[in-house]
Amino acid sequence: MKFILKILKDFPAYLWSGWGAIASIFLFIACWDVGNQIYGDLVLPAPLETFKTLALMLQDDSVWEQIDITLYRAFMGFAISLVFGSILGLLAGFFATASMMSRPIVTILVGMPPIAWIVLAMIWFGMGDETVIFTVVVASFPIIFVGALQGTRTLEDNLKEMGESFNLPWHMKFMDIYFPHIFSYVFPAWVSGLGMSWKIVVMAELLATSDGIGASLAVARSQLDTPTALALVVIMIGSLMFIEYIILEPIKREVELWRD
Amino acid sequence: MERLEVSKLNHHFGFTEILRDINFNLEKGQVLSVVGPSGGGKTTLLHLCADLLDVEEGSVKNSFVTSSFAFQEGRLLPWKNVIDNISLGLIAKGIKRKIATQMSQDIALKFGLEEDDFDKFPKDLSGGMKQRVSFARALVVKPSLLFLDEPFSALDIGLKQELQSILIDMIDKKEITILFITHDIMEAIRLSDKILLLEADPGHIVKEFDYILPQKERDDKFVYEETAKILQDETVINTFELNITL
Repeated sequence: MKFILKILKDFPAYLWSGWGAIASIFLFIACWDVGNQIYGDLVLPAPLETFKTLALMLQDDSVWEQIDITLYRAFMGFAISLVFGSILGLLAGFFATASMMSRPIVTILVGMPPIAWIVLAMIWFGMGDETVIFTVVVASFPIIFVGALQGTRTLEDNLKEMGESFNLPWHMKFMDIYFPHIFSYVFPAWVSGLGMSWKIVVMAELLATSDGIGASLAVARSQLDTPTALALVVIMIGSLMFIEYIILEPIKREVELWRD
Repeated sequence: MERLEVSKLNHHFGFTEILRDINFNLEKGQVLSVVGPSGGGKTTLLHLCADLLDVEEGSVKNSFVTSSFAFQEGRLLPWKNVIDNISLGLIAKGIKRKIATQMSQDIALKFGLEEDDFDKFPKDLSGGMKQRVSFARALVVKPSLLFLDEPFSALDIGLKQELQSILIDMIDKKEITILFITHDIMEAIRLSDKILLLEADPGHIVKEFDYILPQKERDDKFVYEETAKILQDETVINTFELNITL
């Protein structure tokens, strides 16, 4: 509770520190506008037109429906990866054999391109939610698994011993010695896993479903409707930035205050 | 009566013999130091006495009610600030957080930390300050037996004397019993009632030295003279391999 209050208290200062980021976004939009002036509306619509299209789209309920579908898939996939990746990673970290054996499997999972997984998933599950969720899980699971694994593998004996010398009860050993260390590895892994889920979900939808943001993107492409395509991209990037910079980053800062 | 009794203690790591036939008693109020070259099994001995390692052969009987340990490298929790680090042992004993914090703040000030330092994380502390925190953490629980693992070895002379004089005060008031390992003979002479000389490969006790003069009355002259005396001792010369001429 105290922790959440501290995050909220530091939040305005954090926002205030974001002017640099905002300036750089505006600079990017300016470059985008230059691109529009050079290549014309069909190839690269002007930022203003894109944002106008976006505003129109956001008034449309059916667009929100598509966003909901995509959100559902991304979060289902992410939640499954989060739960299983964290638990299995932590367990594997505690046993030397398990961590050794899981390494090649992780390499396979990380090394296999998501597009190949989509093809396989389409064969296995057909066109629909399962294919997308499966692909998201396969892509983000190894990231979280490795983070959790590293977290337990790198626990320091020195601190364990210190805890024993003070006869810490088990719940203190866990909360004060193991948890902060493990969390400092697992939390960043969750953040990258979430980013990965959000990217993969759109790609999987584009290829394997008839609804969701990804499918809308496919429709926009077939109709050469560049403003709509860009508006969809803006929705994706905007939501990712919102989650990352407004929600996760302040938490991360507070959690990792003790780090160098 | 509280005491630590070590008898016929042997220890192996794999096939390597680390300690052989260690026997000694530590009575309440006494300061015992184990001196020997680095890598001679001193830390293993201390860990066995503090129950951080399991005894395999022989016995360690510890009847002291409470004990705490100050480590060579501090071993602070990097994610806790100064006060939370110090109060760790108090909280573990079930003392209320508010009281524990107050006690920790008091002892932190006594150990030369300032109020500005209370909220700092270990990463923002100098080596000396970390060691002060580590000492405060070990002493705030008011242990009847204190284990010290070369806690002064990384400190400058001033801080070393400061921390030692706090200990000497406590020894003088008979508040504490100390088992102390070090490779610094002068440090041992300043603080101990009894010094055990541990020879390496495998670690075994080759000689004992007793000092009767109360720690409070030991001045630099006493320490220098006794050090000079000890350094001429044949056993000490062999143990530390001082006779090798370069």
